[in-house]
Amino acid sequence: MTSATLAGLIGAALVGLGLYGVIVDPQPLRKILAFNLIGSGVFLVFGIVARKGAAAGLQSDPVPQAMVITGIVVAFAASALAIALTLRLFEEAGRATLRSDAGANPPGDGADLE
Amino acid sequence: MSEGASAIAATAGGSLLPLAILVPAAGVLVSFLLGGRRAERIALGLMPVHFGVAAAIASLVWRSGEPLVYVLGGYFPPLGIALRADGFSAVMLVTASLIIPAAGLYARANFSTPRGAAERRGPLVVWTLLQAVQAALSLVFLGGDLFNLYVALELLTFAAVPLVCLDGRPETLAAALRYLMFALFGALFYLLGAALLFGAYGTLDIVLLSQRIRAEPAVWLAAGLMTAGLLAKTALFPLHLWLPPAHANAPAAASAVLSGLVVKGSFFLIVRLWFNVLPALPTAVPAAVLAALGSAAILAGSALALRQERLKLMIAYSTVAQIGYLFLMFPLASGPWAAEAFSGGVMQALSHAFAKAAMFLSAGLIAESLGHDQIAGLGGAGRAMPVTFLALGLGGLSLMGLPPSGGFAAKWLLMKASIEAGQWLWAVVMLAGGLLAGGYLYRALAPALSGQRAQLKSTPRRSREGVALALALAAVLLAFAPPAFFAFLQIGRPAASVALR
Repeated sequence: MTSATLAGLIGAALVGLGLYGVIVDPQPLRKILAFNLIGSGVFLVFGIVARKGAAAGLQSDPVPQAMVITGIVVAFAASALAIALTLRLFEEAGRATLRSDAGANPPGDGADLE
Repeated sequence: MSEGASAIAATAGGSLLPLAILVPAAGVLVSFLLGGRRAERIALGLMPVHFGVAAAIASLVWRSGEPLVYVLGGYFPPLGIALRADGFSAVMLVTASLIIPAAGLYARANFSTPRGAAERRGPLVVWTLLQAVQAALSLVFLGGDLFNLYVALELLTFAAVPLVCLDGRPETLAAALRYLMFALFGALFYLLGAALLFGAYGTLDIVLLSQRIRAEPAVWLAAGLMTAGLLAKTALFPLHLWLPPAHANAPAAASAVLSGLVVKGSFFLIVRLWFNVLPALPTAVPAAVLAALGSAAILAGSALALRQERLKLMIAYSTVAQIGYLFLMFPLASGPWAAEAFSGGVMQALSHAFAKAAMFLSAGLIAESLGHDQIAGLGGAGRAMPVTFLALGLGGLSLMGLPPSGGFAAKWLLMKASIEAGQWLWAVVMLAGGLLAGGYLYRALAPALSGQRAQLKSTPRRSREGVALALALAAVLLAFAPPAFFAFLQIGRPAASVALR
């Protein structure tokens, strides 16, 4: 087994584990962590793709590496937004879970926003 | 493939394309620096500029009859990134540059900062995010590189999610969080698919990819992952669960933008993916799956809309149903009826954008004037606020697909194509969807037009009613689109390769 195959399998495993966590766990924080697992798996796949460029005579293809860096920035921003929402939900509702469906109250239409 | 070579060289007037993205993006930065008091003026001042740029792009595409191309920084694909505008992107760009200012004008009543009053966080967020949605949508419509489009999709999500929870009630926060979870799931699947495509072909430029793609396992896997991810963001049944609470609980101006435009962003990318990137694949089976899901969305979304007690939730469920119609264009995309089906799908995207924005704005006015939006409590409200209900009803006309309306034109074209193609099933689903839409609209409009006396807490402002009515009239006017408009939509559609299969 080459190191590229091994890295590919680990990437697939990370995506699978993360997907399981995202679907099964109703706790937002765990879902956010699971999303970061999926992200790591995807970035690992990009890493292998960069290694493929090495076969073409390059040290390592820099384009996928640039994509990974951009992807990490986007994933970081997404995690930050998700955590901010989770914290605010905990402050307002005293709990942070996505288990029950809320949404039967009349709209306030944002006018009462402080 | 002479088209491929010309599609990579930059065209005259292409420098308008980055402008369409930079104008709202600069507005976001300046608004954020100068604060909520000035953000409103900056946003409303720049929106006409954006419309001007969008209209100029559309007229250039129309006059040249070919897609506009701009190559960023002079670095050509595969290393560099190109921006492209074809007929479909130009009309979507113009639509976005009309609906977002309409939502902005409507939002002024709730989110202005009067002279002498202290600055609040709400207005700053609304005016910044409306411009951010506009910038992200422009990038989605113009992007020519699949990774660049991933970034655009994420920007769109980050701009749209906070609009859901502007008023900070726990249920809106939960709805926003659930929306974000679905969107992140979709984005990561899209990104994984993009990684596989890059690994297989060494480029993510749409034109270059379309020339190199073969039907191999890696491509099928990538197409499946990217489509699944985009479907989660588009809220196609059964991935629609996040949409109704998010769209129904947001402030009306935000709901109009989210339901009218933001879900169309990811739909646009599904069309790009299957029509522009993967036309070389035999797409009969995936297209049938997409249309089957669309049919399920039409029937389930309409049935659920019939059972809602709140007007805004009903309208949100009707979005789930109307998204379904968009996917009926995929199995009809090859053959002599392909142009009709494509025009029908695009027309459905346009007419639903205007009609749904009008309906959400009307529903917002109704909720503010009555103090609630329970359908059972609408008795007689139609007499008290006739213009609002006229806008709601005209929007509904488009959803049902009754003439004259853009929705009728869309459904007529799709139905004609499906009958010509011998795929009767989709036509039956469309008819059933129209009947169900008539049912849920009747449930809301019949009590409103009854002779009861409604107690209004406040009468809606004429200007805000006018905004909703103008959007509803735009949806109606689409029915009178001349044949030249449909020819315009075909500019840049890779028809030759589709017909050859």
